[in-house]
Amino acid sequence: MKKLSARRRHPLAAVVVLLLALAATGGLYAAFAPAGTAKADVTAQSLAIEEGKKLYSVGCASCHGTGGQGTTDGPSLVGVGSASVDFQVGTGRMPAQQPGAQVPKKKVIYTQAEIDQLAAYVASLGAGPITPKEAQYDPAGADAAKGGELFRTNCAQCHNFTGKGGALTYGKYAPPLDGVSPKHLYEAMQTGPQNMPSFPDSTMPEQQKKDIIAYVEAVNGDKTVSPGGLTLGGLGPVSEGLFAWIFGLGALIAVAIWVAAHTAKAKKS
Amino acid sequence: MSTVTNTQKKAPAGERVADWADGRLGIYTLAKANMRKIFPDHWSFMLGEICLYSFLIIILTGVYLTMFFHPSMNEVEYAGSYVPLQGQLMSEAFNSTMTISFEVRGGLLIRQIHHWAALIFLAGMFVHMMRVFFTGAFRKPREINWLFGFLLFFLGMFTGFTGYSLPDDLLSGTGVRFMQGAILSVPIVGTYLSMFLFGGEFPGGDFVARFYSAHVLLLPGIMLGLVVAHLILVFVHKHTHFAGPGRTNDNVVGMPLLPVYMAKAGGFFFLVFGVIAIVAAVATINPIWAIGPYRPDQVGTGAQPDWYMGFAEGLIRVMPGWEINLWGHTLVLGVMIPLAIFPAVLAAIAVYPFIESWITGDKREHHIAQRPRNAPTRTAFGVAWITAYMIMLVGGGNDLWATHFHLSINAITWFVRIFFFVGPVIAFIVTKRICLGLQRRDKDKVLHGRESGIIKRLPHGEFVEIHEPLSQGELYKLTAHEQYEPAALPPSVDDNGVERRTGALEKLRVKLNKSYYGDDNQVAKPTQEEYKEIQNGHGHH
Amino acid sequence: MSTQEIPEENLPAGQDTAHGAVKVADNPFADPGLPPHKPRVQDIDERAAKRSERAVAFMFVLSMLATVGFIASYVIFPVDKNVYIWPFGHVSALNFSLGWTLGLALFFIGAGAVHWARTLMSDVEVADERHPMAATPEVKAQVMADFAQGAAESGMGRRKLIRNTLFGALALVPLSGVVLLRDLGPLPEKKLRTTLWAKGKLLINMNTHEPLRPEDVAVGSLTFVMPEGLSEHDENFQTEIAKAALMIVRIQPEDIKDKRELEWSHEGIVAFSKICTHVGCPISLYEQQTHHVLCPCHQSTFDLSDGARVIFGPAGHALPQLRIGVNDKGFLEAHGDFDEPVGPAFWERG
Repeated sequence: MKKLSARRRHPLAAVVVLLLALAATGGLYAAFAPAGTAKADVTAQSLAIEEGKKLYSVGCASCHGTGGQGTTDGPSLVGVGSASVDFQVGTGRMPAQQPGAQVPKKKVIYTQAEIDQLAAYVASLGAGPITPKEAQYDPAGADAAKGGELFRTNCAQCHNFTGKGGALTYGKYAPPLDGVSPKHLYEAMQTGPQNMPSFPDSTMPEQQKKDIIAYVEAVNGDKTVSPGGLTLGGLGPVSEGLFAWIFGLGALIAVAIWVAAHTAKAKKS
Repeated sequence: MSTVTNTQKKAPAGERVADWADGRLGIYTLAKANMRKIFPDHWSFMLGEICLYSFLIIILTGVYLTMFFHPSMNEVEYAGSYVPLQGQLMSEAFNSTMTISFEVRGGLLIRQIHHWAALIFLAGMFVHMMRVFFTGAFRKPREINWLFGFLLFFLGMFTGFTGYSLPDDLLSGTGVRFMQGAILSVPIVGTYLSMFLFGGEFPGGDFVARFYSAHVLLLPGIMLGLVVAHLILVFVHKHTHFAGPGRTNDNVVGMPLLPVYMAKAGGFFFLVFGVIAIVAAVATINPIWAIGPYRPDQVGTGAQPDWYMGFAEGLIRVMPGWEINLWGHTLVLGVMIPLAIFPAVLAAIAVYPFIESWITGDKREHHIAQRPRNAPTRTAFGVAWITAYMIMLVGGGNDLWATHFHLSINAITWFVRIFFFVGPVIAFIVTKRICLGLQRRDKDKVLHGRESGIIKRLPHGEFVEIHEPLSQGELYKLTAHEQYEPAALPPSVDDNGVERRTGALEKLRVKLNKSYYGDDNQVAKPTQEEYKEIQNGHGHH
Repeated sequence: MSTQEIPEENLPAGQDTAHGAVKVADNPFADPGLPPHKPRVQDIDERAAKRSERAVAFMFVLSMLATVGFIASYVIFPVDKNVYIWPFGHVSALNFSLGWTLGLALFFIGAGAVHWARTLMSDVEVADERHPMAATPEVKAQVMADFAQGAAESGMGRRKLIRNTLFGALALVPLSGVVLLRDLGPLPEKKLRTTLWAKGKLLINMNTHEPLRPEDVAVGSLTFVMPEGLSEHDENFQTEIAKAALMIVRIQPEDIKDKRELEWSHEGIVAFSKICTHVGCPISLYEQQTHHVLCPCHQSTFDLSDGARVIFGPAGHALPQLRIGVNDKGFLEAHGDFDEPVGPAFWERG
């Protein structure tokens, strides 16, 4: 101790003490923080549910009932899980604007924070699919070719070969997948929104969903390569036929008119 | 020639070659008849050339494709450069088509030219056929050439279908599956036909190779023969032309093959090829990599054939699912009926020339292309036929109509079911009215002159529009068409007072004839007397 | 109907073919004949003709340049190089450049030739007389006489034995060709009536290739399965899966309207053939709320909650159902093959 106190007035003493103090504080924080955060999380969670409930009673309760039990205008939300909410509200489908064969994708009117609060509230009504974490749906490193095979078995029948959408019965349709985020693709497969069947992990494991997402990104993303030129909507022979008639035969007839037309005569002098 | 060879000077090399060929092929006699052959100028007369040239382009590019394509259904694992298919199982046919598209330099371009040219070939034939139909250019002596042309269109559809099926991709495989299902529906022999065509159960391992020989050999071989015959007949008959000053039924007016049409028609080949090459540069067709290899348990929505099979697709889509089970056998009416209507719709237009000549009883040669308005019943029939065809084309794409116009496929299907019958009737009536209206306008123009748009105020205050008299040429053009008298049944008693029996067929003929040439079905063209009376009596209005 | 029966007066009079102005005074609608040729600018102005000549030559030169460009593109661009070109998207540089250069090289040859023909070659219209197709009576008479002589010399009519045996031989000989077609394929026999499904075969999930358990199948989900023992690598996979493909959905048992369907299900898990009964497309556009399943090819619609009966479209009968249950290890298994042929109907189906 003597040694220590002898150096107490050393010019660097203050610095050392400060460093020690900082280290101690950091260590203490490191030791106690997790417990503290967990506590904070619980509070945040209940706070989110609280906030979500408020949002719910304003925006959703008129159709889905005050407690999410469902009415004639909207299905019960008990057990649909947060993933459903994140998908439905996050793609703008909910809140629905008007009754119809199907609720279309619209402009999203809630912020992601509000969506999370709504999701937390609905999740609290009954257990259901949980909003996926990025690690679950991030297609990086997934096998797009395997995803393609899975896509053709499970998805292409409704959404078309490259996800351009297609018709269902009585005005319903499978929407195009252009610009749908990996998270929403994952949630749609997980929860089966509206008339889409679900593809739960028990029959289509997480990795396969990633493969499918990787495939959709590969064939229907911003960077998708179409070596041959314009894809004409990716709709197949109907748009190709229209193009052949209008631009192919149309151009040729225009050329034929030029070939067959009589050359302008000289003006009478 | 003889004068040249008699002189001491040697004839130029070109001439000597020509002499050599003439001694063996008789080319001078051939050239004498054809070198200055006259072709009339009209853009619609070049539609056939579009078909001819796209056919040649298809053959040229097709030969190139055969050098890389493997018509085999052996299964291989894809190891090419297109990542989203790597490691997938596929037939060699699909794999080699992938190689053509991704590994052979220019292979994709040739493939796309081949397929675009095929769509344009069929579209061109359709329009060409309609031009011939609406101008009555199928009349004697051209009925056989009409049939040749029709056969080319019909075979073109199947050549296209077999070609479309060769890459063995998921879309075309679905089309082949449809074809197999349709064959199964044939009573009694359906299952046998299917087994023999596919070498067993669907899909088996044979159909690509079998379709291949039909696509590259059998069908194009027949078509090439028909094309040659079609062209020879065009030369022999000489082209039709529209009536006009100096253009009559006994001559053909235009420019000579050498040099003008050599340059125009030869140049047009390059123009057609150029346009199709540019189309293939900017727009992709049948991107099989995006569609994937065929598996009978997989499918993509929007499963359609190429456009020329679209109306057959429509027929099959809108047909109600009728099925009769009797005595242990099944009659699959839901598939059979569309399968029968498909050739019947086409046959209706194919046999029309013979029906019309029977109705008119006219056995003379016709070389003047008619204006559609001057044959109202035929024009109306043609438009009704096109209407039925187009409505079925809509039916064939009902799912895409539904998604793109926010409609229900069920509603569209019902619309097509009803309008396949109602649409042609409406089209027939409306077209006929329009034709008669145009005939009346022509008559008015002949008698009173062209409306000049100049308004004149008469001394007593009345406003009149000045009508300018037509030129001699225009008068001739508007009155050159022939008009038939309606047929009448022969008197029921003949000259000797013996009762005459008129067959039911003849009664039908007379009835149909009246629907072509009866009072309400054509507007009598102005007579010289009418014209002179108006010109002399009232002066110009 | 022979020509003679048709009264001539119903046919229109032939066209007035008189040419020139002589007839015009008399008949206002007479054909005035071909109008006199009017010259083009190029015909009277040598400078204009020169301009046309230069334009034609310019187009031919452009074509040459385009061909050079074609070869250059072929050499320069690797086959897998993609570039972004608005508005075409990410396209193959090679396809785009080869297509344009080839297209322009061809187009300018054509355009040059046509411009040449239109502006510099004579545009005087010429009339060519037509001649009737039918031969003159003299020619016809000659041909008929020749034919009669030939026919008589052959003795066809006289020596009936030769004629008839010849016809017999010609009629029979094509049969060889027909017989040779026999080995194009096997006879149908019962091939279309059976599939790989058999009692005890497990339902293999086509995604995971694992046997399916009832608890894996959630209400509202859609799963595709194939029979145990089949593999994508099998030589006959395509042919077998074309019949055996199955779709599995789970419907609340109280929502199932058809009694047999419920009986053949396992706790609401129902297995239906994935092959449409219309013409055999893999039908699987399942709407989980309505339980409708739609065919993407021809829009046949089936109600999976009511024995998969047809509710719309061209299909003639319901989708075949496979009776399933659970084995002692807790896996879903087939209780046998389908009791009716799957896929499109055919004559012998009954």
